[in-house]
Formats: sequence, C-alpha cells, structure tokens
Amino acid sequence: MTRLFGWMPAIAAMVQGPWGGKNDGPDGDGKKGGEAGPRNPWTQPGKPSGSSKGPSAIEELLRRGRESFGNGGGNGGGFGGLPPRASGKALWPIAVGIVLVLWLVLTSFHRVGPQERGVVTFLGKYSRTLTPGISLTLPAPLESVTTVDVEEIRTIDIGSVSAESENLVLTGDQNIIDLAYSVRWNIRNPELYLLQLSEPDAAVREVAESAMRSVLASVSLDDALGAGRTTIEQQVEQRMQEILDGYRSGIRIQGVAIKQADPPTAVNDAFKEVSAAQQTAQTYLNEARAAAQQVTAKAQGEAAAFDKVYEQYKLSPEVTRRRMYYETMEGVLANVDKTIVEGGNVTPYLPLPEIKRRAQAAPADGAPAATTGGQ
Amino acid sequence: MRHPVAIALAVLALLIVLGSTITIVPETRQGVIVRFGDPKYIINRYRADETFGKTGAGVILRVPFVDQVVWIDKRVLSVEMERQQVLSTDQLRLQVDAFARYRIVDPLRMYIAAGSEERVSDALRPILGSALRNELGKRPFAALLSPERGQVMDNIEAGLNRVARQYGAQIVDVRIKRADLPDGTPLESAFNRMRTARSQEALTIRAQGAKQAQIIRAEADANAARIYAGSFGKDPAFYDFYRGMQSYRYTFSPDRSGQTNIILSPDNEFLRQFQGRR
Repeated sequence: MTRLFGWMPAIAAMVQGPWGGKNDGPDGDGKKGGEAGPRNPWTQPGKPSGSSKGPSAIEELLRRGRESFGNGGGNGGGFGGLPPRASGKALWPIAVGIVLVLWLVLTSFHRVGPQERGVVTFLGKYSRTLTPGISLTLPAPLESVTTVDVEEIRTIDIGSVSAESENLVLTGDQNIIDLAYSVRWNIRNPELYLLQLSEPDAAVREVAESAMRSVLASVSLDDALGAGRTTIEQQVEQRMQEILDGYRSGIRIQGVAIKQADPPTAVNDAFKEVSAAQQTAQTYLNEARAAAQQVTAKAQGEAAAFDKVYEQYKLSPEVTRRRMYYETMEGVLANVDKTIVEGGNVTPYLPLPEIKRRAQAAPADGAPAATTGGQ
Repeated sequence: MRHPVAIALAVLALLIVLGSTITIVPETRQGVIVRFGDPKYIINRYRADETFGKTGAGVILRVPFVDQVVWIDKRVLSVEMERQQVLSTDQLRLQVDAFARYRIVDPLRMYIAAGSEERVSDALRPILGSALRNELGKRPFAALLSPERGQVMDNIEAGLNRVARQYGAQIVDVRIKRADLPDGTPLESAFNRMRTARSQEALTIRAQGAKQAQIIRAEADANAARIYAGSFGKDPAFYDFYRGMQSYRYTFSPDRSGQTNIILSPDNEFLRQFQGRR
C-alpha cells in the first residue's frame, strides 16, 4: 500500500496531468489497489491492477521526458498542449504543483451526508468517525475515509409469500409451518460494522434464520399460526440482537415482521376442515339457542295466559267454569255431526258407516236438528 | 536537472525500498512476518479486550526484501456446514444446516498448521458436521425443539473449540440454521400426523358443538317445565279443566283432518238443560 501510494501519485501526476491525482486520490480506490496489488510491481508483472499500469506509466514518462528535454525545449509541447515558455525552461514542475494541490484538496476534504458516517483510518489504523458535514482529514495515503450509511434501513426477506416456494419450519410440538418473514436492520456502529465481521450482511441473514427457528422450536403450532405472532417477532428480534451484539457487529435490528405463517399446502385442507367444523359447531349452537328461545317463550306465554284466566276464575269459580265449558262445547259441537241417542230400553243401533256417508254427502247442511247454543 | 531519467530512476528505487520497508497494517488483518520461510513475529494480533484505534494496526517497519508478511483475517469468519442428515436416538432423521463463527486468535499457530483461512474453514467444516451428528445422535428428536437445544449447541461448540485451538482459531459460536425433516417419507408422515390431528380436532369441535346444543335445548325444556309448574301448580284441578277445554278445541277443530261424529246421550252434562230440570 505504501509502495503504491509512494510512487503512483507522483508518476501519475507527472504523466497524466491533472487527472492523475483524481485517479489515485479518493481513498476507496487507493486502498483497494494497495490491498490487491502485488508486493512489487516490477518483479511480478503478471499480477492485476496496479502492476499493469506501472511499466506503461514509466515508459510514458521516459518517452515524454525524452521529447521535452532531448529537443532542447524549442518546440516540444509535451504536456497537454501547454504552450512552451519563452525561457524554454520546463513547465512540468508547475503542472506537478497544480496536480499536487488538487490532489491534496480532493483527498483532504470529505463531505459526509446527513445519513452517513465516515470511518477514518490513519495508515490502516482506525482513527475516528466523521459526523455529517464537511470534514478535513490528512491527504489520501495517510488517511482514508470509508463512508457508511447508518440511517438506511436494510431489509432481508426470508421465505416468500408465493405458493410455489415453501420455507418449512418445525414448531415446538413437531408440526411444520410455512413461514415468510423479513428483518429490518441498520448500522449502529459504522466502525464495528466495517471492521468486526468478514461478511456482516450474510451474518444477519444467518442469524435471522437461526434465531427464528430456535424461537419457533419453543412455541406451539397454534401460537405460531395466530395468537403468538407478536411475541415471536419480539423474541426473534431480541435474540438476533443478542447474537449480533455477541459478535460486536455494530448492527441494530429494527424489527422482525412475520409476513406469512401458514400450514404447508400439503395439509391445508385439513386445517380448513377445522374451521369448517368450527362453523358447523356454531351452527348447532345457534339452532339450539333459537329453539330454546322458542320453547321458553311458549312456556312463558302459556303460563301467563293461564295466570290471567286463573285470576278471574278465582273471583267466581263456578260461573267461570261453566261459561268456559259451554263456550268450548259450543265451539266444538257447532262444527261436528251430532247424534243424540235416547237411552233407556231401546237398544241403540248405530249405523256408523251411514253416518259417515251422510256427513260426506252434505257437509255444509248444518246436519239434523241440533241444539245450537244461543247467546 | 541535467539527468531527469537518472533522477526518476533513483526516486523509483528509493520508493521501492521504502515500500518494502514500510507496511501498513489495516485494522481488519493481522500478519505474520516471515523471514526466509521462518515466522518471526506477529503484527496486530487479536486481543479480546482491545478497541479499534488502540490495536496494533498502523505502520510497521520490516527488513526490505527479506521479511514477507503473511496476512491473516482478524475479523470474525464464518464456516458453513453443508446439509447433514442426523439421526436422533428415537430414529428420526433430520436435515441440519449449521454454521460456526470463529476468529483467528493465534496467527502463528494458524500459519504453521493451516497456512490460510480457507484451510482452517476446510478443516473445521467436517468436524462441525461430525460434532453435530454425535451430539444430536445422543438425544431424542424433541430435544432439538426445546430449551435443551442451547445445551446441545454449547457441547458442539466446546467440541469444535478443541479442534479449532489446534489451528489457532477460537469458535465464537455455533448455531443450527435449519433443522428440517427430510423430504419423502419423514416429511409425508409428519404431514399425515398433522392432518389426522386436525381431523381429530375438527371432529372434537363438531361433537362439542352438538353437545352444547343439546344442553341448551335441555335447559330450555327444563326452564319451560319450571315455568309451567310454577303457574299451573297453583290450582291443579282448574288446570285440568282449563287444559281439557283447550285440548277439546284443538282436537275437534274443523281444521284438523278427519271427520268427527259425536254421539251424545241426553244424560250428557252438556245436554243437562234439555230435560228442563233445574
């Protein structure tokens, strides 16, 4: 890293004009080049990144050097079409100076957005974290800044709500449910996030799966399907936070949301049967309640009617009784065929079939002479 | 300024020497300085209580062209085990996914024993698998789905740690990511069990509903009987008469089907007045 920074900016500045500084300036690029680059670009030219640039840059430098100075500076417009100075003396120290200044400015000032933090390392060593605003650091090779978005809520989805794919999870009572959930998290501590875990994002996912499954392994199927969801979400969130804090990952879990917790498709019908049974049972109950209302109301009505009549009856029992008797008999006998047979010595002969026939023949006739109770 | 090429070359040479003398150690790495294949010392070694900014990271000097730096990751690394089939004591099969996280705490030992982080992971992976199989094989299936699971994990972690120490690594934690029933018969039979459990529940619910309904009806009948008795019991004789009248009306009502013929004797109570006696 040092090596690269040692020679690259200088050469680049000399050769490539003002853009050279930019190429190597911003910390991110420089750092990466340093890490991936070879120990010594000249001895191992096969390696990627910086090394390929090296020799060509040198050749370029040499070529331009020869052009500028070999000709005595008379007509050589070696640098980006800059006009030669009258004195014939080299213009390139000025160019180098400009590039240096540009490079200093570009790599020393850092704009950190309101949702970001900048983690500063001084020669590899963590130095400080920049808060939002414009901050000043030492130029590129000395200090480098990595900005991290700490406000952005990142979401990880595990399982999907679609019917094709199932994320089957075992519950505590050895049943299986199809689960889809999402985890929202953000970065609480940017330096820990950058420096503690090799793959923080993958870690969140793994921890989420592990925590969710271990929580589900302690609840029953019915809890997981319905009532216990909120508790499960909270427990998972808590457990994830504990595990991630154990790694000192600098990650904060904002929330866990269960998007779907259903029985697997293979047993869905059986679950529907249960809800159908619940409906049926409810129907039974409703019918029974209706019938009960009917029976009770009827009893109350009849009892009330009897009570009313009885009240009156008690006032003059004999008269009421007779009145009711006659009224009823009237009602009954008025509508039927009546035959009055004088008793005594005559043996009555009852032509029952004939009576029937007669009744059928003339039903509306009012029948033979009979007593009709007048009012 | 007379020999720019020579100057440039000199500068370059100087930079090269400087570059191989000065090494920047980032926070995320520790290194072993190797001199002619002989590990000399360790830079930026992990310590549990350190805070960033107070570690061994930063600039170090080394002998140019002689000392080589072997970089070793300082962060928490992860090793994932591929799916394993585990047999519990009650002969249930389980497909288990697990992962372990570890950190290289002894770079020198790790350099000597393994050489690179990948090889540590390669070495730990089968051991994680066998530790898992052994530990879970000692327990019934249900133990995996209970608080005992934590104990299982601790045992596995301890077993794995013994091996990891030989590679200069330390296990941060071991976790089961997934534990599923394998596809095919085990899964099918689990589904079957769920299905039958649900059918049973459905039948129970229906039977309970019917029972409740019957109780409600019976209660209503009892209630009605109580009301009747309370009212009619005041005068049983009058009730007999009253109800008799109602019954006649109903029975001989012309709305009823069937013909009614009544044959009366003049002695009948109703015809008492026929005889004109008082």
